[in-house]
Order: sequence, then structure tokens, then C-alpha cells
Amino acid sequence: MNSGSKWEVVIGLETHAQLQTKSKIFSGSSIEFGAAPNAQASAVDIALPGVLPVLNREAVVCAIKFGLAVGANIAPRSVFARKNYFYPDLPKGYQISQFEIPVVSGGSLSTPVGAGDTVSQLTVHLTRAHLEEDAGKSLHEDFHGKTGIDLNRAGTPLLEIVTEPDMRSSAEAVAYAKALHALVQWIGICDGNMQEGSFRCDANVSVRPLGQAELGTRREIKNLNSFRFMQQAIDYEVAWQINEIEEGRMITQATVLFDPASGETRAMRSKEDAHDYRYFPDPDLLPLDISPEWIGEIGKSMPELPQQMQTRFSGQYGLSLYDAAALTSSRDIAIYFAETLSHAGAGQAKLCANWIMGELAARLSREGIELSTAPVQPAALASILKRIADQTISNKIAKDVFDALWRGDGKDADEVIDARGLRQISDSGAIDALVDEVIGANSKLVEEFRGGKEKAFNALVGQAMKVTKGKANPVQVTELLRKKLAN
Amino acid sequence: MARAADQRLAKGDSGILVGIPLAYKDIFCIRNWRTTCGSRMLENFVAPYDAHVVEQLDTAGAVTLGKLNMDEFAMGSSNENSYFGPVKNPWDTTRVPGGSSGGSAAVVAARLAPAALGTDTGGSIRQPAAFCGLTGLKPTYGAVSRYGIVAYASSLDQAGPMAKSAEDCALILNSIAGFDQRDSTSVDRPREDYTIDLAKPLKGLRIGLPCEFFAEGMDADVRSAIELALAEYRKLGAVTVDVDLPNSALSLAAYYVIAPAEASSNLSRFDGVRYGFRAPDYSDLNDMYSKTRAQGFGAEVKRRILMGTYVLSHGYYDAYYLKAQKIRRLIANDFRAAFEHCDVIMGPTAPTVAFPLGDKNDDPVQMYLSDIYTISTNLAGLPAMSIPCGFGKHKMPVGLQIIGPWFSESRMLGVAHQYQQTTDWHTRMPEISV
Repeated sequence: MNSGSKWEVVIGLETHAQLQTKSKIFSGSSIEFGAAPNAQASAVDIALPGVLPVLNREAVVCAIKFGLAVGANIAPRSVFARKNYFYPDLPKGYQISQFEIPVVSGGSLSTPVGAGDTVSQLTVHLTRAHLEEDAGKSLHEDFHGKTGIDLNRAGTPLLEIVTEPDMRSSAEAVAYAKALHALVQWIGICDGNMQEGSFRCDANVSVRPLGQAELGTRREIKNLNSFRFMQQAIDYEVAWQINEIEEGRMITQATVLFDPASGETRAMRSKEDAHDYRYFPDPDLLPLDISPEWIGEIGKSMPELPQQMQTRFSGQYGLSLYDAAALTSSRDIAIYFAETLSHAGAGQAKLCANWIMGELAARLSREGIELSTAPVQPAALASILKRIADQTISNKIAKDVFDALWRGDGKDADEVIDARGLRQISDSGAIDALVDEVIGANSKLVEEFRGGKEKAFNALVGQAMKVTKGKANPVQVTELLRKKLAN
Repeated sequence: MARAADQRLAKGDSGILVGIPLAYKDIFCIRNWRTTCGSRMLENFVAPYDAHVVEQLDTAGAVTLGKLNMDEFAMGSSNENSYFGPVKNPWDTTRVPGGSSGGSAAVVAARLAPAALGTDTGGSIRQPAAFCGLTGLKPTYGAVSRYGIVAYASSLDQAGPMAKSAEDCALILNSIAGFDQRDSTSVDRPREDYTIDLAKPLKGLRIGLPCEFFAEGMDADVRSAIELALAEYRKLGAVTVDVDLPNSALSLAAYYVIAPAEASSNLSRFDGVRYGFRAPDYSDLNDMYSKTRAQGFGAEVKRRILMGTYVLSHGYYDAYYLKAQKIRRLIANDFRAAFEHCDVIMGPTAPTVAFPLGDKNDDPVQMYLSDIYTISTNLAGLPAMSIPCGFGKHKMPVGLQIIGPWFSESRMLGVAHQYQQTTDWHTRMPEISV
């Protein structure tokens, strides 16, 4: 978007990732989604007088895992602070968050952006990631003229991940958001469910003349809960800001909402009515101390990260950056790939990558099922790949074998190949007889070919394949046919 | 509860608190009882849980007599700030009992209960104990769980006993002190027997006398009662040494930044949305908030919310809140240095005896000054007591303050107990004429 323009787009993202703990960050209530309103709101969650917050250590473990995954600093001592404001779904009148000293600071996330020939590596630096509690929900639609308050979500643990203004287009913003989305699920700290609000982004967007060092005035687009909306919202916002400036108006700092129905962003509040949150350290909670031993212990339990795996895949198997990134777009896919290779042999890496991202991915998306429940699991796919590699079957027949296995007809490729007689004909005697038969039965085509029509040759190969129901080794048929016709 | 206690006694349960009636400042939540905190805001609030302190004393077999009036949200030094009306001093019903635990002090002074529970954020146990001739103890911050106690200033609040004698305080402290995982500021340390030092002789005890506590500001009648008490201690074998608390003059200012700052945030939950008072007529959300809080809170509470909101505001935070926190550290350091030269520190609890009702209502700063000697220990988190040590003007009781190092409650209680073995101030009762 916007290439060739004299404007440069600058984007920074703030993401709220809901942490996969059993209970809330400062109380023992469940955080399960979908319970009856206020069924999961304890005395602490509804802020009765006299009750006190107690930090859930699991939430801290999630923050440490994230810090390790992005190569960030993990503060040996961080502080919980109160962010004070009045709102009906904020029971205490303040949100417990981290302000001056967050648990995680620095770090970065790299991901390929673009496709095909224009793939490049994007690195986004992170400013910080801090722990905080979510607020409840205000239900404006359910009660005529009144607002309902559901405090089930109040106190749900969040990790707010803030980037530097490192992205230069909506495509880069979406690429980063997708990489982050994959990472938090990869390390098991967030379920990534965007419909349920487990992963939501705010985008700070500004534009400036190309070459200008100083940042333009930004507007913050709140609560983007799908990648498509993120792209649309940023594109609209960028076009709007450029138009404003080009028509001689100033951008004023504001918070805006994206309306998916109209595809437009509109201002919610301007900087003038911004809150003074009166942050101060929460006296009910001690500073959060994290020892190097604790970090070390968590480090040992961390899985291999997508970026490490990408590097390994491209180095070890000679895969392209694009393939390596696609295979590590989720942990399930990476594990599936690695397992398939362990059966098929490392030599089949490229073939394996093509099958996973081609036939398998297409099937999964057509039938709307998850990789973990796919009828063709790694061992079965590997059995197909092996038979392609040793020329027992052609790529085309392999697709039929895949179909059969998908439907549950047989447990591996060999069983399907034998049951249906799909074995490729590579015996030179048999091919010789076949070629003679085809030449004898298609004298017209032979004439045409000899008369200079190259197309007729392909038709003859096609005849050979037809006679053998696709089982003849096409390379051998081609070779022999050419030789015999040349005589 | 009394019947259950009778059964325990009949079965030979020799728990020292079994069957002992106790009363609670109305800041402690008790399941299915109203907890008003002296405020219209919580006039009809019923908590579905017990405060940790209440739970511990129930388990020990104590019988809850009732709940006691207090300054609204524990903000006050005279118990005139209650929505439900003032408490009067049993020694002279035209005078205040002190605050904010004024009801707790009055009920024990009038011998309506042998002991009561109070809370102390800047002197709210010790000052009323002094005004009513009682023994009151504010434990080390973190010694007693704050769970279930309506918060005023979280980093300063601490619950403690108010009773006739140091021994009674020790017995109650034995039940209420100890780690509670529901309060993150509760200190995880082994349980103690606070009666262990009661019989310990005072020979060689070094009593530190901070020159700042004996400078101008203290009334002459209070001074002479304190001097006599110190003479008694010397007779018991103690020695007095001069110590310095150079930053104590700043404690009142630091307190009136930190406490209101925390209070302004702690009291934000009283918004009329989920429980408590809600103004009957309002036009929209902001109107509901402002009318509810305007009608639900009294003047002193509003004053402190405003002060606290101001000092935390953008542009003022560093000048007030951060500076106050620095002073707080300096004050703690002063005490640490002083305790290298002494075992306990003594001085007056309050600069005057109990003053007449209505005397200081128009001048909040004069009112705040009645906590001038007690506030620094809250800022430092230290344990401190007030014990009766005679009478001053108008035959009103005078309190001697004893301050000890962190977690030195046993020793302090012993120091108080030995004095109470050779004096009878703590046994004096007011002649009550209604």
C-alpha cells in the first residue's frame, strides 16, 4: 500500500494477550470463557471492601516465557501499579497494571513479510511487555435504557506487548501481529482466540513526509480483533490522515474505533479528554522479584522457538525462507513436518514441505479441520513421500493415494498401492512392449509427429499413460518413445 | 457463640480466650453482620466473609459482643467524623475519646467489654487508648493480616488490641498475629508467644528519649505525667539515653500525602455501582458517581480524597508522593539508627489530654497535630503501644508511648507489663454518670 507516495507510514502495535492460566491474576476465580454473567466473579473481582489481591505465579511464568522467547530483559524486580479511573466495569476504580518498571522490556520479533519474489525479513523491536488485569464488560444492548455489567472477565490476566514504531505498512503490521499471534500460542501462554478477545491489538498510526525524522501525530485505533480488520482499519486511517494533511488540516492526537460495517475509523475521544490515571505503586502487592534461577528453570522447559526452527530448517534442509516460515507458522505444523521427515528421511524435506503446504493445507482448509485431527498423520504422509521418491508412484498417482488414505481406505501408501495395483511400471521390458503397442495402435499420430507436429508426441505419451491407467513411468516412456520414433 | 464457648469450657477446653467477649471496630468485616466503617456509603453493607482477625479470634473461642463506632473510614482523631454521630469519652462525656478507634476505646474504658479490636493507620489505636486510659498496641506492619479490614491507607493500616493491660493485649495478639496468604504484605515468619517476655526484669533496659518528642508542643500536664513514668522505669532498673529522630518533624507532612493518596484510590470502589449507597436521583453515569459520592461520604473523607487525588496528579506526583516516600525511608533510617543505642523508645502518645467535643472541628490541621507523635511509627512500619501513666488536666488520662524495633512486640509488652506490676493507672475506671 502507498508505495510511490511521498508519505511514510509509521505504525506501532499494542497487543493484549490473555494468559492461559487456570485462575485470575489476583484471585482464585476461573477464567473460562462463556459462563453466565458474574458467575465467575469473586469478592476480590467485584471489589468488596477489605479483600486483597494475591498474585497468581502462573501469570508471571507466562510473562517470563514471553520474555525469553523474544530475547528481552526480564526485570529482577518489577512493580505493580494502580491505574486509576472510574468506569462501571472497573470494580475497584483502578486497574492493577505495571507502569514504571514492567516485567519484560526490550526484545524483538522477526518475520518474513510479503510473498514470492518480494519476501523480506521484518524485525520489530519491542518496547515492553507488562502484566495487568482485564476489566469486566459493559453490556449496552441487552437491557433497554440500561447497561448491564458482567465481571467474569474482570481480573483475567493479560500481557500487554508494546512495540516500537517499527512498521511501515498495514502489511508489515499484520505480518508482525500474525507472528506474535503464532508465538504466544507456540510457547503456550495464550490460546490466540481472537473472537473471544484472547488476543486483541491497538494500532498507533501516523504518517510523515518521506525522509522526515520527526514522527507525525498519531491516532490510536482501538480493539482490532481480526487481521483483516487490522489491514482495513490501518489502510483507511492512513489514507484519511494523508488526505487531511494534504488538504491543509492538522492531525490531532486521538483514540479511534474501526467500524467494520463502513470500513471507516472514527474518533472516540481526543487527547484533551484523556484521563490522568494517577499511577502509583500498589501498596497491596509487594514488588515482583524474579530470580535468575527461576528464569533458568523456565528456560529449560521452553520449546524450540519458531525462529530457531526456521533457521534450522533452512540450514539443515536447504528450504527457502518462505517455506521455512510457512512450516513454522504454528507449532502443530512444525511438529507435523519434523515427524513426517523422521519417517521419510531428511532427503525428502522439499517434497515434504510442498505436500504439507499444498495438498494437506488445501484439504484442511476445505474441510475446516485442525491438523491434529487430520486423517493423514505424519507416518502415513511419509509412506506416500517415500514411494514418490523411489518412483513407485508418480506425483499424480500419489494424490489418489493421499485421497484414499484421507478417506480411511488403508493404513499406509503401500497398502493402497498394492490393493489397487497402482505400482508404477518401470520394468524396461514392459515399457518397451507398451511403447511398441502405442506406436502400432496410433499410426496417425506417429505420422503427424514424423511430419513435424511436436504436439502429437505428447498425445502418444498420453496414450501410454491411459493404457496403463497412469502407472507407466512417464520419464521412461518419453525416453523410449523418442528413441523408437527417431528410427 | 457464647453457648458454643460454654460447651468448649464444659469439655475442659482451657483456651485462654474461650468465652471472652470482644467487640470490633466497625471496620472489620464479619460475615452476615453489617460493616459500615462509620459511613453512610456502607450503611447497609453486609460482607459475606470474616476478616482474618475475626476468624482467628472466633477460632480461639472469643465471643463477639458487637461492633463499634469509629471515624468514617478511619479518618479522624476524635471520633466526631462518624455518619452515626460522635463517641463520647467515658472519663468526661463532654470530651472526645480520640480516634479513629474511638468506639473501641470508649467501650473498654467504660468496662462494657474487657477488650476490643481497633486499627491504627497514624495513631488510631494509641491516641484513643491514651485519651481513654487504656493499653493499646499497634503491631509491626505485616504482623497481622489486613484481610477483611476495610482499607484506608494500605501501606500503613494495621490492626491491634485495645485492653486494660499489656498482658491482655499479649493474649489477643497471640491469636491475631501470623502469616495469612490472603494478604501479600503479611510477613511469613514463625508464630510467636507474645507473653514470653512479660516477666522479664527491666534491669539494664535502655530507653531512648528522642529530643524531638520532648520539645515544645507537649502540654505541661502531659509532660509531667510522662516524666513520672520515666522515673518509675528508672526505679525498675532501666536507663534512659537521649536519641535523635531528626526527620520526625516531616512525618506529619509525609503522612498527609501518602495516606490520602492511597485512600483516594482505595475508596474509588465506593461508586454506587455494585453495592453500598447509591444516590436516588441522577441523570447519567457521571451524575450518579458524583451525587453518590457527594452524599455518601462525609467532609473529612472528601477532604482526604481530594488531597490524595491532587498529590497523585500528573505534574505533582514527584513533588508530593515521591518526596513523601523518600521522607518515609529517612524516618525509618532514623529509627534504625536510634535503636542501635536503645531497646525501646518512649515519649508521649499525644501532646494533650482528650479535648472537648467540637473543639477542633473547624481546624483540620489542629486536629491532625494530635497524631504528631504516633504517625512516624506507621511510616516506619514499627510496633508501638500506648499505656496509661497518670492523669493530666481535667483529670483526664495521659498515655505513655512505647516504640520498639520491628517485630519486638514481645519485649515491648514485657516493658509495659513490668510497669503495670508496680503502678495501677491501668486499673483506674471512670465514674460514669449519664
